[in-house]
Amino acid sequence: MFNLIPVFCSNDIMSLVRALPGSTAQGLIWGIMAIGVFLTFKILDFADLTVDGTFGTGGAVTVMLILAGYPPVVAVGIAFLAGMLAGIVTGILHTVFGIPAILSGILSQIALYSVNLNIAQGRANQAVSVDLYHLVVSGRNNPLTIITVAFVILVMIALLYWFFGTETGFTIRATGCNENMSRAQGINTSVAKVVALAFSNGIVGFAGGMLAQYQGNFDVNMGRGAIVIGLASVIIGEVIGEALFGKRLNFSARLAFVAIGSIIYYIVIQFVLWLGLPTINMKMFSAMVVAIFLAVPYMRGRAKNSYRKAAKN
Amino acid sequence: MLEIKNIHKTFNLGTINEKKALNGVTLYLDEGDFVTVIGGNGAGKSTTLNAVAGVWPIDSGSIIIDGVDVTGLPEHKRAPYLGRVFQDPMNGTAATMEIQENLALAARRGQRRGLRWGITKAEKARYHEVLKSLDLGLEDRMSSKVGLLSGGQRQAVTLLMATLKKPKLLLLDEHTAALDPKTAAKVLELSDKIIAENNLTAMMVTHNMRDAIIHGNRLIMMNEGQIILDIKGDEKKKLSVEDLLQKFEEVSGEEFANDKALLG
Repeated sequence: MFNLIPVFCSNDIMSLVRALPGSTAQGLIWGIMAIGVFLTFKILDFADLTVDGTFGTGGAVTVMLILAGYPPVVAVGIAFLAGMLAGIVTGILHTVFGIPAILSGILSQIALYSVNLNIAQGRANQAVSVDLYHLVVSGRNNPLTIITVAFVILVMIALLYWFFGTETGFTIRATGCNENMSRAQGINTSVAKVVALAFSNGIVGFAGGMLAQYQGNFDVNMGRGAIVIGLASVIIGEVIGEALFGKRLNFSARLAFVAIGSIIYYIVIQFVLWLGLPTINMKMFSAMVVAIFLAVPYMRGRAKNSYRKAAKN
Repeated sequence: MLEIKNIHKTFNLGTINEKKALNGVTLYLDEGDFVTVIGGNGAGKSTTLNAVAGVWPIDSGSIIIDGVDVTGLPEHKRAPYLGRVFQDPMNGTAATMEIQENLALAARRGQRRGLRWGITKAEKARYHEVLKSLDLGLEDRMSSKVGLLSGGQRQAVTLLMATLKKPKLLLLDEHTAALDPKTAAKVLELSDKIIAENNLTAMMVTHNMRDAIIHGNRLIMMNEGQIILDIKGDEKKKLSVEDLLQKFEEVSGEEFANDKALLG
Protein backbone atom coordinates (compact mmCIF):
# COMPACT_ATOMS: atom_id res chain seq x y z
CA MET A 1 0.00 0.00 0.00
CA PHE A 2 2.80 2.39 0.78
CA ASN A 3 5.08 1.28 -2.00
CA LEU A 4 4.28 4.32 -4.08
CA ILE A 5 4.94 6.89 -1.38
CA PRO A 6 8.60 7.89 -1.34
CA VAL A 7 10.28 8.10 2.01
CA PHE A 8 11.02 11.63 2.96
CA CYS A 9 14.18 12.61 4.67
CA SER A 10 13.87 16.34 4.34
CA ASN A 11 11.16 18.64 5.59
CA ASP A 12 10.77 20.50 2.33
CA ILE A 13 7.14 21.66 2.01
CA MET A 14 7.30 21.33 -1.75
CA SER A 15 7.89 17.61 -1.48
CA LEU A 16 4.68 17.30 0.50
CA VAL A 17 2.82 19.31 -2.11
CA ARG A 18 4.24 17.17 -4.87
CA ALA A 19 2.98 14.04 -3.15
CA LEU A 20 -0.57 15.37 -2.82
CA PRO A 21 -1.87 14.24 -6.22
CA GLY A 22 -0.80 10.69 -5.43
CA SER A 23 -2.45 10.79 -2.01
CA THR A 24 -5.60 12.25 -3.47
CA ALA A 25 -5.76 9.65 -6.20
CA GLN A 26 -5.21 6.75 -3.81
CA GLY A 27 -7.61 8.30 -1.30
CA LEU A 28 -10.28 8.45 -3.97
CA ILE A 29 -9.81 4.84 -4.99
CA TRP A 30 -9.97 3.68 -1.39
CA GLY A 31 -12.94 6.03 -1.10
CA ILE A 32 -14.84 3.71 -3.43
CA MET A 33 -14.11 0.89 -1.04
CA ALA A 34 -15.12 3.04 1.92
CA ILE A 35 -18.50 3.70 0.31
CA GLY A 36 -18.97 -0.07 0.09
CA VAL A 37 -18.14 -0.35 3.79
CA PHE A 38 -20.60 2.47 4.54
CA LEU A 39 -23.43 0.43 3.04
CA THR A 40 -23.02 -2.46 5.43
CA PHE A 41 -21.65 -0.65 8.45
CA LYS A 42 -24.03 2.30 8.54
CA ILE A 43 -27.14 1.16 6.70
CA LEU A 44 -27.30 -2.53 7.51
CA ASP A 45 -25.57 -2.11 10.89
CA PHE A 46 -23.30 -5.05 10.04
CA ALA A 47 -19.53 -4.88 10.62
CA ASP A 48 -18.41 -6.71 7.49
CA LEU A 49 -14.84 -7.96 7.73
CA THR A 50 -15.09 -9.76 4.41
CA VAL A 51 -13.77 -6.65 2.68
CA ASP A 52 -10.13 -7.34 3.51
CA GLY A 53 -10.47 -10.41 1.31
CA THR A 54 -12.86 -9.00 -1.28
CA PHE A 55 -10.53 -6.12 -2.05
CA GLY A 56 -7.83 -8.59 -3.00
CA THR A 57 -10.31 -10.67 -4.97
CA GLY A 58 -11.15 -7.63 -7.06
CA GLY A 59 -7.47 -6.99 -7.65
CA ALA A 60 -6.72 -10.61 -8.55
CA VAL A 61 -9.66 -10.99 -10.92
CA THR A 62 -8.90 -7.70 -12.67
CA VAL A 63 -5.20 -8.34 -13.16
CA MET A 64 -5.63 -11.91 -14.38
CA LEU A 65 -8.37 -10.92 -16.82
CA ILE A 66 -6.30 -8.05 -18.20
CA LEU A 67 -3.29 -10.33 -18.60
CA ALA A 68 -5.58 -12.75 -20.41
CA GLY A 69 -6.47 -10.06 -22.89
CA TYR A 70 -9.77 -8.72 -21.62
CA PRO A 71 -10.39 -4.95 -21.76
CA PRO A 72 -9.69 -3.38 -18.36
CA VAL A 73 -13.21 -1.94 -18.20
CA VAL A 74 -14.69 -5.41 -18.55
CA ALA A 75 -12.17 -6.75 -16.04
CA VAL A 76 -13.29 -4.35 -13.28
CA GLY A 77 -16.90 -5.14 -14.11
CA ILE A 78 -16.23 -8.80 -13.50
CA ALA A 79 -14.31 -7.87 -10.36
CA PHE A 80 -17.56 -6.29 -9.16
CA LEU A 81 -19.42 -9.53 -9.77
CA ALA A 82 -16.72 -11.54 -8.00
CA GLY A 83 -17.04 -9.18 -5.05
CA MET A 84 -20.78 -9.76 -5.02
CA LEU A 85 -20.21 -13.51 -4.77
CA ALA A 86 -17.96 -13.00 -1.76
CA GLY A 87 -20.65 -10.90 -0.12
CA ILE A 88 -23.29 -13.52 -0.82
CA VAL A 89 -21.14 -16.18 0.84
CA THR A 90 -20.81 -14.09 3.98
CA GLY A 91 -24.55 -13.47 3.89
CA ILE A 92 -25.31 -17.16 3.63
CA LEU A 93 -22.93 -18.03 6.46
CA HIS A 94 -24.81 -15.58 8.62
CA THR A 95 -28.44 -16.03 7.61
CA VAL A 96 -28.58 -19.72 6.70
CA PHE A 97 -25.99 -21.15 9.07
CA GLY A 98 -26.57 -18.73 11.92
CA ILE A 99 -22.92 -17.73 12.25
CA PRO A 100 -22.59 -14.37 14.04
CA ALA A 101 -22.06 -11.39 11.75
CA ILE A 102 -18.46 -10.55 12.51
CA LEU A 103 -17.37 -14.19 12.43
CA SER A 104 -19.06 -14.70 9.08
CA GLY A 105 -16.98 -11.87 7.66
CA ILE A 106 -13.79 -13.21 9.19
CA LEU A 107 -14.38 -16.72 7.85
CA SER A 108 -14.99 -15.36 4.37
CA GLN A 109 -11.91 -13.19 4.58
CA ILE A 110 -9.74 -16.15 5.56
CA ALA A 111 -11.12 -18.32 2.77
CA LEU A 112 -10.66 -15.53 0.25
CA TYR A 113 -6.92 -15.42 0.90
CA SER A 114 -6.68 -18.86 -0.67
CA VAL A 115 -9.23 -18.02 -3.34
CA ASN A 116 -7.26 -14.95 -4.35
CA LEU A 117 -4.03 -16.93 -4.59
CA ASN A 118 -5.84 -19.47 -6.75
CA ILE A 119 -7.12 -16.76 -9.06
CA ALA A 120 -3.59 -15.40 -9.39
CA GLN A 121 -2.45 -18.93 -10.23
CA GLY A 122 -0.44 -19.30 -7.07
CA ARG A 123 1.51 -16.06 -7.43
CA ALA A 124 1.45 -13.73 -4.43
CA ASN A 125 2.17 -10.82 -6.72
CA GLN A 126 1.18 -10.28 -10.34
CA ALA A 127 2.21 -7.23 -12.30
CA VAL A 128 0.16 -5.51 -14.97
CA SER A 129 2.12 -2.72 -16.52
CA VAL A 130 0.49 0.38 -17.94
CA ASP A 131 3.12 0.26 -20.65
CA LEU A 132 1.66 -2.96 -21.97
CA TYR A 133 -2.05 -2.54 -21.30
CA HIS A 134 -4.55 0.24 -21.68
CA LEU A 135 -5.40 0.51 -17.99
CA VAL A 136 -8.28 2.62 -16.72
CA VAL A 137 -6.17 4.35 -14.10
CA SER A 138 -2.50 4.46 -13.25
CA GLY A 139 -0.13 5.92 -10.68
CA ARG A 140 1.84 7.33 -13.58
CA ASN A 141 -0.96 9.74 -14.38
CA ASN A 142 -2.47 11.08 -11.18
CA PRO A 143 -4.53 13.95 -12.61
CA LEU A 144 -6.31 11.62 -15.03
CA THR A 145 -6.81 9.08 -12.27
CA ILE A 146 -8.32 11.72 -10.02
CA ILE A 147 -10.75 12.87 -12.69
CA THR A 148 -11.74 9.34 -13.69
CA VAL A 149 -12.27 8.09 -10.16
CA ALA A 150 -14.08 11.24 -9.05
CA PHE A 151 -16.46 10.75 -11.97
CA VAL A 152 -16.96 7.09 -11.07
CA ILE A 153 -17.73 8.05 -7.48
CA LEU A 154 -20.29 10.62 -8.58
CA VAL A 155 -22.04 8.04 -10.76
CA MET A 156 -21.95 5.57 -7.87
CA ILE A 157 -23.48 8.07 -5.46
CA ALA A 158 -26.26 8.84 -7.93
CA LEU A 159 -26.99 5.12 -8.39
CA LEU A 160 -26.97 4.45 -4.65
CA TYR A 161 -29.23 7.43 -4.01
CA TRP A 162 -31.68 6.00 -6.52
CA PHE A 163 -31.36 2.44 -5.16
CA PHE A 164 -32.05 3.33 -1.56
CA GLY A 165 -35.17 5.19 -2.68
CA THR A 166 -36.62 2.03 -4.20
CA GLU A 167 -38.77 -0.56 -2.43
CA THR A 168 -35.81 -2.93 -2.12
CA GLY A 169 -33.64 -0.12 -0.80
CA PHE A 170 -36.30 0.55 1.82
CA THR A 171 -36.28 -3.08 2.92
CA ILE A 172 -32.52 -2.96 3.47
CA ARG A 173 -32.76 0.27 5.44
CA ALA A 174 -35.61 -1.10 7.55
CA THR A 175 -33.76 -4.36 8.21
CA GLY A 176 -30.68 -2.49 9.35
CA CYS A 177 -32.77 -0.33 11.65
CA ASN A 178 -35.27 -2.74 13.20
CA GLU A 179 -35.35 -6.39 12.22
CA ASN A 180 -38.44 -7.32 14.23
CA MET A 181 -40.54 -4.60 12.71
CA SER A 182 -39.25 -5.47 9.24
CA ARG A 183 -40.37 -9.07 9.56
CA ALA A 184 -43.73 -7.88 10.87
CA GLN A 185 -44.06 -5.90 7.64
CA GLY A 186 -43.44 -8.97 5.56
CA ILE A 187 -39.81 -8.28 4.73
CA ASN A 188 -37.54 -11.29 4.36
CA THR A 189 -34.72 -9.88 6.46
CA SER A 190 -32.32 -12.66 5.51
CA VAL A 191 -32.65 -11.82 1.83
CA ALA A 192 -32.27 -8.12 2.56
CA LYS A 193 -29.01 -8.75 4.40
CA VAL A 194 -27.59 -10.91 1.64
CA VAL A 195 -28.48 -8.32 -1.01
CA ALA A 196 -26.80 -5.54 0.97
CA LEU A 197 -23.69 -7.63 1.57
CA ALA A 198 -23.57 -8.55 -2.11
CA PHE A 199 -23.67 -4.96 -3.36
CA SER A 200 -21.30 -3.71 -0.71
CA ASN A 201 -18.67 -6.32 -1.52
CA GLY A 202 -19.25 -5.80 -5.22
CA ILE A 203 -18.23 -2.19 -4.76
CA VAL A 204 -15.20 -3.23 -2.69
CA GLY A 205 -14.15 -5.72 -5.37
CA PHE A 206 -14.46 -3.02 -7.99
CA ALA A 207 -12.28 -0.72 -5.87
CA GLY A 208 -9.70 -3.49 -5.57
CA GLY A 209 -9.64 -3.79 -9.34
CA MET A 210 -9.06 -0.06 -9.67
CA LEU A 211 -6.24 -0.02 -7.14
CA ALA A 212 -4.53 -2.98 -8.77
CA GLN A 213 -4.44 -1.04 -12.02
CA TYR A 214 -3.32 2.13 -10.27
CA GLN A 215 -0.37 0.50 -8.57
CA GLY A 216 0.35 -1.73 -11.52
CA ASN A 217 0.07 -5.03 -9.68
CA PHE A 218 -2.02 -7.41 -7.63
CA ASP A 219 -0.61 -8.32 -4.25
CA VAL A 220 -2.17 -11.01 -2.09
CA ASN A 221 -1.93 -8.70 0.92
CA MET A 222 -3.33 -5.62 -0.80
CA GLY A 223 -6.57 -5.82 1.15
CA ARG A 224 -5.01 -6.17 4.56
CA GLY A 225 -6.41 -3.51 6.87
CA ALA A 226 -9.04 -2.47 4.36
CA ILE A 227 -11.85 -2.58 6.89
CA VAL A 228 -9.93 -0.24 9.18
CA ILE A 229 -9.31 2.24 6.37
CA GLY A 230 -12.93 1.96 5.31
CA LEU A 231 -14.29 2.56 8.79
CA ALA A 232 -11.83 5.39 9.40
CA SER A 233 -12.96 7.07 6.16
CA VAL A 234 -16.63 6.65 7.04
CA ILE A 235 -16.13 8.13 10.48
CA ILE A 236 -13.81 10.95 9.43
CA GLY A 237 -16.26 11.82 6.67
CA GLU A 238 -19.16 11.79 9.09
CA VAL A 239 -17.36 13.97 11.62
CA ILE A 240 -16.36 16.57 9.04
CA GLY A 241 -19.66 16.43 7.18
CA GLU A 242 -21.68 16.98 10.32
CA ALA A 243 -19.34 19.70 11.49
CA LEU A 244 -19.84 21.56 8.21
CA PHE A 245 -23.50 20.85 7.45
CA GLY A 246 -25.03 19.65 10.69
CA LYS A 247 -28.52 18.29 10.24
CA ARG A 248 -28.71 19.27 6.60
CA LEU A 249 -26.33 16.48 5.64
CA ASN A 250 -28.44 14.30 3.34
CA PHE A 251 -27.73 10.80 2.07
CA SER A 252 -25.84 11.79 -1.09
CA ALA A 253 -23.73 14.26 0.85
CA ARG A 254 -22.91 11.59 3.40
CA LEU A 255 -21.62 9.30 0.68
CA ALA A 256 -19.59 12.12 -0.83
CA PHE A 257 -18.05 12.82 2.55
CA VAL A 258 -17.09 9.19 2.93
CA ALA A 259 -14.90 9.63 -0.14
CA ILE A 260 -13.61 12.93 1.21
CA GLY A 261 -12.86 11.19 4.51
CA SER A 262 -10.76 8.69 2.65
CA ILE A 263 -8.79 11.41 0.90
CA ILE A 264 -8.21 13.19 4.18
CA TYR A 265 -7.03 9.96 5.76
CA TYR A 266 -4.48 9.51 3.00
CA ILE A 267 -3.30 13.10 3.09
CA VAL A 268 -2.80 12.85 6.82
CA ILE A 269 -0.78 9.67 6.34
CA GLN A 270 1.24 11.55 3.73
CA PHE A 271 1.79 14.38 6.17
CA VAL A 272 2.94 12.03 8.90
CA LEU A 273 5.37 10.43 6.50
CA TRP A 274 6.62 13.81 5.36
CA LEU A 275 7.47 14.68 8.93
CA GLY A 276 10.23 12.15 8.52
CA LEU A 277 9.15 9.97 11.41
CA PRO A 278 10.31 6.35 11.32
CA THR A 279 8.12 4.35 8.96
CA ILE A 280 7.99 1.38 11.30
CA ASN A 281 5.67 3.49 13.46
CA MET A 282 3.28 4.24 10.60
CA LYS A 283 0.46 2.10 11.92
CA MET A 284 0.64 3.69 15.33
CA PHE A 285 0.51 7.17 13.87
CA SER A 286 -2.42 6.18 11.67
CA ALA A 287 -4.27 4.87 14.70
CA MET A 288 -3.51 8.08 16.62
CA VAL A 289 -4.80 10.19 13.77
CA VAL A 290 -8.10 8.30 13.59
CA ALA A 291 -8.44 8.40 17.37
CA ILE A 292 -8.01 12.17 17.36
CA PHE A 293 -10.63 12.56 14.64
CA LEU A 294 -13.07 10.52 16.64
CA ALA A 295 -12.29 12.20 19.94
CA VAL A 296 -12.48 15.85 18.86
CA PRO A 297 -16.26 16.15 18.33
CA TYR A 298 -16.96 14.12 21.45
CA MET A 299 -14.64 16.23 23.59
CA ARG A 300 -16.04 19.44 22.16
CA GLY A 301 -19.54 18.28 23.03
CA ARG A 302 -18.40 17.41 26.53
CA ALA A 303 -16.73 20.79 26.95
CA LYS A 304 -19.96 22.59 26.10
CA ASN A 305 -22.01 20.38 28.35
CA SER A 306 -19.96 19.12 31.26
CA TYR A 307 -20.63 18.24 34.88
CA ARG A 308 -18.01 20.74 36.01
CA LYS A 309 -19.87 23.50 34.24
CA ALA A 310 -23.16 22.45 35.80
CA ALA A 311 -21.56 22.56 39.24
CA LYS A 312 -20.29 26.09 38.69
CA ASN A 313 -23.69 27.48 37.55
CA MET B 1 -61.49 -15.68 10.96
CA LEU B 2 -59.00 -17.13 13.43
CA GLU B 3 -58.83 -20.74 14.59
CA ILE B 4 -56.25 -21.66 17.19
CA LYS B 5 -56.51 -25.43 17.63
CA ASN B 6 -54.99 -26.98 20.74
CA ILE B 7 -51.58 -25.34 20.47
CA HIS B 8 -48.69 -26.28 22.73
CA LYS B 9 -45.36 -24.57 23.23
CA THR B 10 -42.59 -25.32 25.68
CA PHE B 11 -39.50 -23.14 26.02
CA ASN B 12 -36.07 -24.43 27.02
CA LEU B 13 -37.18 -28.05 26.97
CA GLY B 14 -34.96 -30.26 29.10
CA THR B 15 -33.18 -27.44 30.92
CA ILE B 16 -33.71 -25.98 34.36
CA ASN B 17 -35.60 -23.08 32.74
CA GLU B 18 -38.13 -25.30 31.04
CA LYS B 19 -41.51 -23.58 30.86
CA LYS B 20 -44.69 -24.92 29.35
CA ALA B 21 -45.95 -21.57 28.07
CA LEU B 22 -48.94 -22.78 26.04
CA ASN B 23 -50.77 -25.83 27.32
CA GLY B 24 -53.50 -26.66 24.86
CA VAL B 25 -54.87 -23.27 23.86
CA THR B 26 -57.98 -23.43 21.67
CA LEU B 27 -59.78 -20.34 20.45
CA TYR B 28 -62.13 -19.46 17.61
CA LEU B 29 -62.65 -15.88 16.55
CA ASP B 30 -65.38 -14.76 14.17
CA GLU B 31 -64.84 -11.89 11.80
CA GLY B 32 -65.27 -8.64 13.67
CA ASP B 33 -64.58 -10.10 17.11
CA PHE B 34 -62.54 -7.75 19.29
CA VAL B 35 -61.11 -9.90 22.07
CA THR B 36 -59.30 -8.58 25.12
CA VAL B 37 -56.87 -11.00 26.74
CA ILE B 38 -56.01 -10.75 30.43
CA GLY B 39 -54.13 -12.87 32.91
CA GLY B 40 -51.27 -12.81 35.38
CA ASN B 41 -47.61 -12.60 34.41
CA GLY B 42 -46.48 -15.72 32.62
CA ALA B 43 -50.05 -16.75 31.85
CA GLY B 44 -49.36 -17.05 28.16
CA LYS B 45 -51.06 -13.95 26.78
CA SER B 46 -48.22 -12.49 24.77
CA THR B 47 -47.03 -15.99 23.98
CA THR B 48 -50.34 -16.74 22.31
CA LEU B 49 -50.05 -13.61 20.20
CA ASN B 50 -46.46 -14.45 19.28
CA ALA B 51 -47.56 -17.96 18.31
CA VAL B 52 -50.20 -16.54 15.99
CA ALA B 53 -47.69 -14.07 14.55
CA GLY B 54 -45.20 -16.83 13.93
CA VAL B 55 -42.29 -15.40 15.90
CA TRP B 56 -41.33 -19.03 16.55
CA PRO B 57 -42.88 -22.35 15.46
CA ILE B 58 -45.31 -24.07 17.84
CA ASP B 59 -44.73 -27.60 19.13
CA SER B 60 -48.16 -28.96 18.16
CA GLY B 61 -51.60 -27.84 17.12
CA SER B 62 -52.58 -25.58 14.26
CA ILE B 63 -53.28 -21.93 13.53
CA ILE B 64 -55.66 -21.02 10.74
CA ILE B 65 -56.28 -17.45 9.62
CA ASP B 66 -59.30 -16.91 7.37
CA GLY B 67 -59.21 -20.48 6.21
CA VAL B 68 -55.47 -20.55 5.50
CA ASP B 69 -53.32 -22.86 7.63
CA VAL B 70 -50.36 -20.69 8.59
CA THR B 71 -48.83 -23.06 11.14
CA GLY B 72 -45.88 -23.82 8.89
CA LEU B 73 -45.22 -20.27 7.70
CA PRO B 74 -42.38 -18.15 9.11
CA GLU B 75 -43.03 -14.71 10.59
CA HIS B 76 -42.52 -12.64 7.46
CA LYS B 77 -44.75 -14.91 5.40
CA ARG B 78 -47.60 -14.57 7.89
CA ALA B 79 -47.23 -10.80 7.97
CA PRO B 80 -49.58 -10.23 4.99
CA TYR B 81 -52.46 -11.53 7.09
CA LEU B 82 -51.62 -9.61 10.23
CA GLY B 83 -51.25 -6.17 11.69
CA ARG B 84 -49.15 -5.94 14.82
CA VAL B 85 -48.48 -3.34 17.47
CA PHE B 86 -45.80 -4.16 20.02
CA GLN B 87 -45.44 -3.30 23.66
CA ASP B 88 -42.24 -1.34 23.15
CA PRO B 89 -42.98 1.87 21.22
CA MET B 90 -39.45 1.74 19.82
CA ASN B 91 -40.10 -1.64 18.26
CA GLY B 92 -42.87 -0.95 15.79
CA THR B 93 -41.18 1.55 13.50
CA ALA B 94 -37.83 2.18 11.85
CA ALA B 95 -36.37 5.08 13.78
CA THR B 96 -33.90 6.21 11.11
CA MET B 97 -36.57 6.41 8.41
CA GLU B 98 -39.18 9.11 7.90
CA ILE B 99 -42.80 8.79 9.01
CA GLN B 100 -43.99 8.63 5.42
CA GLU B 101 -41.33 6.04 4.54
CA ASN B 102 -42.49 3.86 7.42
CA LEU B 103 -46.06 4.12 6.19
CA ALA B 104 -44.90 3.27 2.67
CA LEU B 105 -43.20 0.16 4.02
CA ALA B 106 -46.39 -0.93 5.76
CA ALA B 107 -48.49 -0.28 2.68
CA ARG B 108 -46.40 -2.81 0.78
CA ARG B 109 -46.78 -5.55 3.35
CA GLY B 110 -47.53 -8.74 1.49
CA GLN B 111 -46.43 -7.42 -1.89
CA ARG B 112 -43.33 -8.32 -3.83
CA ARG B 113 -40.90 -5.46 -3.40
CA GLY B 114 -38.83 -4.65 -6.43
CA LEU B 115 -37.13 -1.64 -7.90
CA ARG B 116 -40.18 0.57 -8.06
CA TRP B 117 -39.93 3.84 -6.22
CA GLY B 118 -40.29 3.35 -2.44
CA ILE B 119 -42.86 6.09 -2.02
CA THR B 120 -44.87 7.95 -4.65
CA LYS B 121 -46.36 11.44 -4.73
CA ALA B 122 -49.89 10.06 -4.68
CA GLU B 123 -49.04 8.03 -1.60
CA LYS B 124 -47.67 11.07 0.21
CA ALA B 125 -50.97 12.85 -0.31
CA ARG B 126 -52.86 9.83 0.98
CA TYR B 127 -50.65 9.54 4.05
CA HIS B 128 -51.16 13.21 4.79
CA GLU B 129 -54.90 12.61 5.04
CA VAL B 130 -54.50 9.45 7.07
CA LEU B 131 -52.12 11.12 9.55
CA LYS B 132 -54.51 14.03 9.86
CA SER B 133 -57.15 11.66 11.22
CA LEU B 134 -54.84 10.85 14.14
CA ASP B 135 -55.17 14.44 15.28
CA LEU B 136 -51.60 14.56 16.56
CA GLY B 137 -50.10 17.09 14.18
CA LEU B 138 -48.01 14.40 12.52
CA GLU B 139 -49.29 15.27 9.05
CA ASP B 140 -47.11 18.38 9.15
CA ARG B 141 -43.99 16.37 9.96
CA MET B 142 -44.23 13.56 7.48
CA SER B 143 -40.60 13.80 6.46
CA SER B 144 -39.31 13.81 10.03
CA LYS B 145 -37.43 10.76 11.17
CA VAL B 146 -39.58 8.59 13.42
CA GLY B 147 -36.83 8.51 16.04
CA LEU B 148 -37.72 12.10 16.91
CA LEU B 149 -41.27 11.22 17.95
CA SER B 150 -42.47 10.47 21.47
CA GLY B 151 -43.52 6.98 22.56
CA GLY B 152 -47.22 7.71 22.17
CA GLN B 153 -46.75 9.20 18.73
CA ARG B 154 -44.72 6.19 17.64
CA GLN B 155 -47.41 3.81 18.85
CA ALA B 156 -50.00 5.81 16.92
CA VAL B 157 -47.87 5.53 13.79
CA THR B 158 -47.36 1.81 14.41
CA LEU B 159 -51.11 1.39 14.78
CA LEU B 160 -51.61 3.20 11.50
CA MET B 161 -48.98 1.02 9.85
CA ALA B 162 -50.71 -2.09 11.14
CA THR B 163 -54.05 -1.09 9.66
CA LEU B 164 -53.15 0.85 6.50
CA LYS B 165 -53.71 -2.32 4.55
CA LYS B 166 -56.73 -3.89 6.22
CA PRO B 167 -55.31 -6.95 8.04
CA LYS B 168 -57.25 -10.17 8.57
CA LEU B 169 -56.26 -9.98 12.22
CA LEU B 170 -54.93 -7.15 14.35
CA LEU B 171 -52.64 -8.14 17.23
CA LEU B 172 -52.19 -5.58 19.98
CA ASP B 173 -49.66 -6.74 22.55
CA GLU B 174 -49.98 -4.50 25.62
CA HIS B 175 -49.50 -1.64 23.24
CA THR B 176 -50.30 1.04 25.80
CA ALA B 177 -48.28 -0.47 28.65
CA ALA B 178 -45.31 1.83 28.14
CA LEU B 179 -47.35 5.02 27.80
CA ASP B 180 -48.56 7.56 30.36
CA PRO B 181 -52.30 7.36 31.24
CA LYS B 182 -53.34 10.24 29.04
CA THR B 183 -51.47 9.04 25.96
CA ALA B 184 -52.54 5.46 26.66
CA ALA B 185 -56.18 6.57 26.65
CA LYS B 186 -55.64 8.40 23.37
CA VAL B 187 -54.03 5.38 21.72
CA LEU B 188 -56.80 3.10 22.99
CA GLU B 189 -59.40 5.50 21.64
CA LEU B 190 -57.61 5.42 18.29
CA SER B 191 -57.49 1.63 18.38
CA ASP B 192 -61.22 1.45 19.02
CA LYS B 193 -61.94 3.88 16.22
CA ILE B 194 -59.81 2.10 13.64
CA ILE B 195 -61.13 -1.33 14.61
CA ALA B 196 -64.73 -0.15 14.44
CA GLU B 197 -64.33 1.77 11.17
CA ASN B 198 -62.76 -1.17 9.40
CA ASN B 199 -64.69 -3.93 11.18
CA LEU B 200 -61.38 -5.56 12.09
CA THR B 201 -60.88 -8.79 13.96
CA ALA B 202 -58.58 -7.97 16.83
CA MET B 203 -56.86 -9.46 19.86
CA MET B 204 -55.66 -7.07 22.55
CA VAL B 205 -53.49 -8.19 25.43
CA THR B 206 -53.72 -5.93 28.43
CA HIS B 207 -52.85 -5.91 32.11
CA ASN B 208 -55.55 -3.39 32.80
CA MET B 209 -58.78 -5.17 33.78
CA ARG B 210 -60.93 -2.11 33.36
CA ASP B 211 -59.70 -1.55 29.83
CA ALA B 212 -60.28 -5.22 29.13
CA ILE B 213 -63.91 -4.85 30.16
CA ILE B 214 -64.63 -1.55 28.44
CA HIS B 215 -63.06 -2.39 25.07
CA GLY B 216 -64.04 -5.17 22.74
CA ASN B 217 -66.98 -7.56 22.53
CA ARG B 218 -65.27 -10.54 24.08
CA LEU B 219 -62.89 -11.20 26.95
CA ILE B 220 -60.67 -14.18 27.66
CA MET B 221 -58.62 -14.80 30.74
CA MET B 222 -55.54 -17.00 30.64
CA ASN B 223 -53.64 -18.80 33.35
CA GLU B 224 -50.69 -21.18 33.10
CA GLY B 225 -50.90 -21.49 29.35
CA GLN B 226 -54.62 -22.16 29.12
CA ILE B 227 -57.78 -20.14 28.59
CA ILE B 228 -59.82 -20.33 31.78
CA LEU B 229 -62.54 -17.83 30.98
CA ASP B 230 -64.30 -16.71 27.81
CA ILE B 231 -67.07 -14.11 28.11
CA LYS B 232 -68.81 -12.28 25.31
CA GLY B 233 -71.61 -9.89 24.47
CA ASP B 234 -73.99 -8.68 27.16
CA GLU B 235 -72.47 -10.82 29.89
CA LYS B 236 -69.15 -9.07 29.22
CA LYS B 237 -70.71 -5.61 29.34
CA LYS B 238 -72.09 -6.28 32.82
CA LEU B 239 -68.70 -7.35 34.20
CA SER B 240 -66.84 -5.45 36.88
CA VAL B 241 -63.22 -5.82 37.99
CA GLU B 242 -64.33 -7.55 41.21
CA ASP B 243 -66.38 -10.02 39.17
CA LEU B 244 -63.30 -10.92 37.18
CA LEU B 245 -61.17 -11.40 40.27
CA GLN B 246 -63.82 -13.62 41.79
CA LYS B 247 -64.27 -15.68 38.63
CA PHE B 248 -60.53 -16.11 38.46
CA GLU B 249 -60.41 -17.48 41.99
CA GLU B 250 -63.30 -19.85 41.26
CA VAL B 251 -61.73 -21.26 38.14
CA SER B 252 -58.13 -21.47 39.16
CA GLY B 253 -58.35 -21.87 42.90
CA GLU B 254 -55.77 -19.22 43.69
CA GLU B 255 -55.76 -15.54 44.42
CA PHE B 256 -55.21 -13.28 41.51
CA ALA B 257 -52.58 -11.07 43.07
CA ASN B 258 -51.84 -8.53 40.41
CA ASP B 259 -51.59 -4.97 41.64
CA LYS B 260 -52.12 -3.37 38.28
CA ALA B 261 -55.29 -5.34 37.72
CA LEU B 262 -56.62 -4.33 41.14
CA LEU B 263 -55.89 -0.70 40.49
CA GLY B 264 -57.73 -1.11 37.21
